[in-house]
Parts: sequence; structure tokens; C-alpha cells
Amino acid sequence: MTTPSSAIAVRGLRKSFSGKLVLDGIDLDIRQGTVFSLLGPNGAGKTTTVRILSTLSKPDAGQAWIAGRELAREPDAIRAAIGVTGQFAAVDGLLTGFENLVLMGKLHHLGKRETRQRAGALLEKFDLAEAAGKSLATYSGGMRRRLDLAMTLVGRPRIIFLDEPTAGLDPRSRRTMWQIIHDLVSQDGVTIFLTTQYLEEADQLADRIAVLDRGRLVAEGTPAELKQLVPGGHVSLRFADVAELDLAARTLRAGSRDDEELTLQVPSDGGVRSLRSLLDELSLADIEPAELTVHTPDLDDVFLALTDHSAPPAVAPSPAESPSPAASPSPAISITETGAGQ
Amino acid sequence: MTAATYTLSDTRTLLQRNLVHALRYPAMSLSGLMMPLIFLLLFNYAFGKTLGAGIGGSYIDYLAPGMLIMTATSSMVSTSVSVCTDMTGGIVDRLRTMSISRFALLAGTVLGNLMQTILSMIVLLGVALAIGFRPHADALEWLAAIGIAALTAWALTWVAMAMGLFAKAPESASNLPLPVILLPFLGSGFVPASSMSPGLRQFAEYQPFTPITQTLRGLLLGTHVGDEWIQAVAWCVALTILGYVAARRLFDRRAEA
Repeated sequence: MTTPSSAIAVRGLRKSFSGKLVLDGIDLDIRQGTVFSLLGPNGAGKTTTVRILSTLSKPDAGQAWIAGRELAREPDAIRAAIGVTGQFAAVDGLLTGFENLVLMGKLHHLGKRETRQRAGALLEKFDLAEAAGKSLATYSGGMRRRLDLAMTLVGRPRIIFLDEPTAGLDPRSRRTMWQIIHDLVSQDGVTIFLTTQYLEEADQLADRIAVLDRGRLVAEGTPAELKQLVPGGHVSLRFADVAELDLAARTLRAGSRDDEELTLQVPSDGGVRSLRSLLDELSLADIEPAELTVHTPDLDDVFLALTDHSAPPAVAPSPAESPSPAASPSPAISITETGAGQ
Repeated sequence: MTAATYTLSDTRTLLQRNLVHALRYPAMSLSGLMMPLIFLLLFNYAFGKTLGAGIGGSYIDYLAPGMLIMTATSSMVSTSVSVCTDMTGGIVDRLRTMSISRFALLAGTVLGNLMQTILSMIVLLGVALAIGFRPHADALEWLAAIGIAALTAWALTWVAMAMGLFAKAPESASNLPLPVILLPFLGSGFVPASSMSPGLRQFAEYQPFTPITQTLRGLLLGTHVGDEWIQAVAWCVALTILGYVAARRLFDRRAEA
């Protein structure tokens, strides 16, 4: 069932807590040496997935193979191959940064000299050398998170689970964290299973992304593939008054209007040619838009289109507006098929 | 290295961690000492003369063994709180995703807290000796007394572990041991059970701390120890098994939370 190149393979994973279904049949295949991102809103089941795959929690049904070992049969062999950095820094607050790393080294039975070397190297790499001897009480959130990841790396895990590694970090610390994760994959060839609710993060780091919503995978693919699944971007035109807006809407015969904002959204690929023809059409009718903005599709569009619970699934991907008639076929349906075919 | 030596070395590593915590946060480690110490001084100096006259003999000799046992019970609070804090802090989740035996994870904590409790008992004994406690035990009786005191501390540490694992937050972890802490009052900790009102006396005679305290007292004072010692040992073994089984199950169950 699993191929040798799969670092993580999951089939039909299910889990419920006191009657509430949290994971409803998850299938995954993650190739070695890649970054896989599980993307989803709060409560989608991301942390539950990580807890199960990192042996902390048992699934109700389904199977998983991690580093070639079956989860249900050889959890201890899996533990020896993985490293986990959870949502809340799992560091020992009463020890210093250095002592935390030494604790990990001892528990990995690295031997005194290697433990000290490894601790020193990681402190250096994660920019914690200065704070190495200080109590964790003096560490900032970003430092604690870096130390947490450093602790995970002491045992040189081949597969690393990162559960929302940048949640609650300031933008600078987030960038630092991203760089570290980048380096891990490019330099050490580890496999990373990353959960996040930040689309930008998944876009930056992941080779493949799966979108998890209410316990189900609603889409899976590369960032580029996911963006393609959303039918194009749009151009937003703003007008001086309602009369202009009326005229433009009649002229273009497409798009969705917002009378309050005096805007008209027209589907467009955002290219120069299509923009020119759009503006030509408007100027022929003697209409001068007050403002024009181009929206290329990004993962936000994907995310919102796939996980918007208030609207029916066939809604167009634009973040705020109602569906435009031209913003064609239901993205959720086509994507779901792709996901199921993986 | 084999699995067994790994378990041993992991236990030692985690014990060291626990002891470093105790050194860095001594207020918590020795908090179990405060209550029995205050009672020792208060009861000896304030009520000692009257109580001693009632019991017959020097009251400090009667009181000190009871306060030694009370040190073991009141130390349960720091054990329970430290276990609960550890569990809620995330570090234990990290340890569980590593290839460390479950036994080592529990044993490191139990041994660390046991050592703190025994240290508290030694300090209390020292104070008791300084203010006039005069044991009359021979070498063998001392050995047996140390044995029963350590066994009690061991059993209660496991019970406190289970309580700390059961509690959702450190606040409730500090409250759970309170009923156990009160038991020496309702036994022969301060006055003989035989001097109590009938209903209470019956309760006192059948609760664990009466035979435990009586055995320790008998050994230290060199007086006759009846088959109370069998009851005392049986209670300790039962509490250890109860605490261990509960702690093990609660520890595994917490994974599902």
C-alpha cells in the first residue's frame, strides 16, 4: 500500500472526541524530502492529525505508515525517526536554553561530547548563543519557539512535524522561522509536515498543500495547482456615481456590482491585453473609472472558496463580493475530485 | 546499550531534571515541611504540657513520629502540583513523542519527589531532636523505622502522582491531597485514637495512618510493636499499587486529551 518513497502515508484516518467527529477519513501521501502543509481554519482537525501521526493520540480507524513503519504496530520505532514541535512551546521553563538542549541530547543517548557539540551548534544556528545560559523566563516568544525547534533537531529526526510553528509570532520572527525551515529541507533533506492557518506560510514553504476543513480534505496539490483551481482573478472598477456604474454594467454586461461601494468586479486574468481591451470598451462608451485594481488569484481565494461555510460551495473565489455570473464553474466540486484522486 | 539500560539512563536523566527543578524552586520543594514543622513547635510548646500529662510521658516523644508521617502527607501537595504543571506545560508531550520508556517518564518524577519528601522528613527529625525528642531505638529498630517511613513516603508519592495526573490545573492539583493530609489528625497523629469519641475512634482505628504512625512510634521509642506493622506495610503496599496503576492509566489516557 505504501511506496518506499513515502515518508508519511495515511489511509482513511478517523477520529472523534466524545461523539464529535474531528477527522473524517483522511488520506495522505508525503514524499521524502518535501514540505507538506496541512492548511485549515481553527478547529479543522490539524492538531488532531499531528497528534495521531506523532503517536500521541490513537485514531479510531484508518492506518498510517511513517518512515516505513506502521503506526499501530511500531510506535516506538516511529518515535525514534520523528521530531515534533507543537503549537505551544514544549520547553522546560525552569532550565536554561543550553540545559534544555542537553536534556534532549541525553535522552537521545548521544554521549557527553556529542551532546555538548550539538547543543552548541544549534544555539549558534538559531541565534540563541547569547541567551544559552539564561533562564527561559527571559526568552521572548520567538526565542522560545526557536529553542523548541532546536530541541526537536537534537536527535536528527528524518521527519519533522511542525504544528503551527509561527502562530503568535511577530512578522520578523516568522520570517526567521521560515528561513530555518527552508534550510532544513534544502540542507538536511528532512521531510516536513507543517500545519498552518496562514496561507502565505504554506505558499512560501510547501511543495504540496492539502486543505483541511471540518475533518475532511477538500483540496490537495502544489500551490500553483491550487491557485489554478480557482477560476481566475478579477478587475475591480470604482466609479464616481451610480449613473456611471449603471452605464458600465450595461456596457460590459458582466461582473458583479456593489452599489454602496460603487464598484464593479469583472472577471479577468489581469494581463495587459485583456486590461487594454476592457479599458477600450469603457472609453468607447465614454466611461472613465475613478479607480482600477487588479486582483490575481492567491491562496486566500482558494482558501475562502473552499472553506466558506456561510455561502454555498460554488461561490466565486473573490473574498468579499457576491458571485459574478461569469465566474464560472463550481471550484469546490472540481477540487474535491482532485483531492479524492490523490 | 539494551532497552533496560536505556530505561535506567533515561530515568536518571529525568530524575536529574526533577532535582534541578527542586533546587531552582526550593519554596515549592520544601513547602511540605512547613505545616508539620509549625504543628511540631505549636503543639510541643503551647499544648505539650497538658497533652503530655494526659497521655503520660513526654509529649514531644509522642508527637514527633506523628509529624514525621504528616511530612510525608503534606509533601504530596508539591508532588501533585509539580506533576500537574509538567503535564500542562507541553514538555511531557514532547517527551512522549520521543523513544523514551513510559516507566522512565514516571519513575524520574516519582524518585525526584520521593527524595524531596525524605529530605523534608530528615529536616523535621533534626528539629524534633533539637527540641527534646529522645528516641530509644536500637540499630535494628532504627533501620525498621527508616524503612517504614520511606515506604510511607513512597506509597504517598505514587498516590500524589495519580492526583497530579488527574487534576486539570495546578490549582486543583494542590487541593486534591488535602483529605489525605487531614487523616493524621483523625488518627493517632496528635493524640491516641483510644481517647477519641466512639464514632471517630472507630474511624481512626481503621484508617491507614493510625497503624503506620503507631508502628513508627513503637519502633522509635523502643516500645512494643504489635501486629500493627503488618497492617502498616499492607496499607503502604496497597496505596503504592493503587497510586501506580492509577498514575499509569491516567498518564496514558492524557494522550487522548
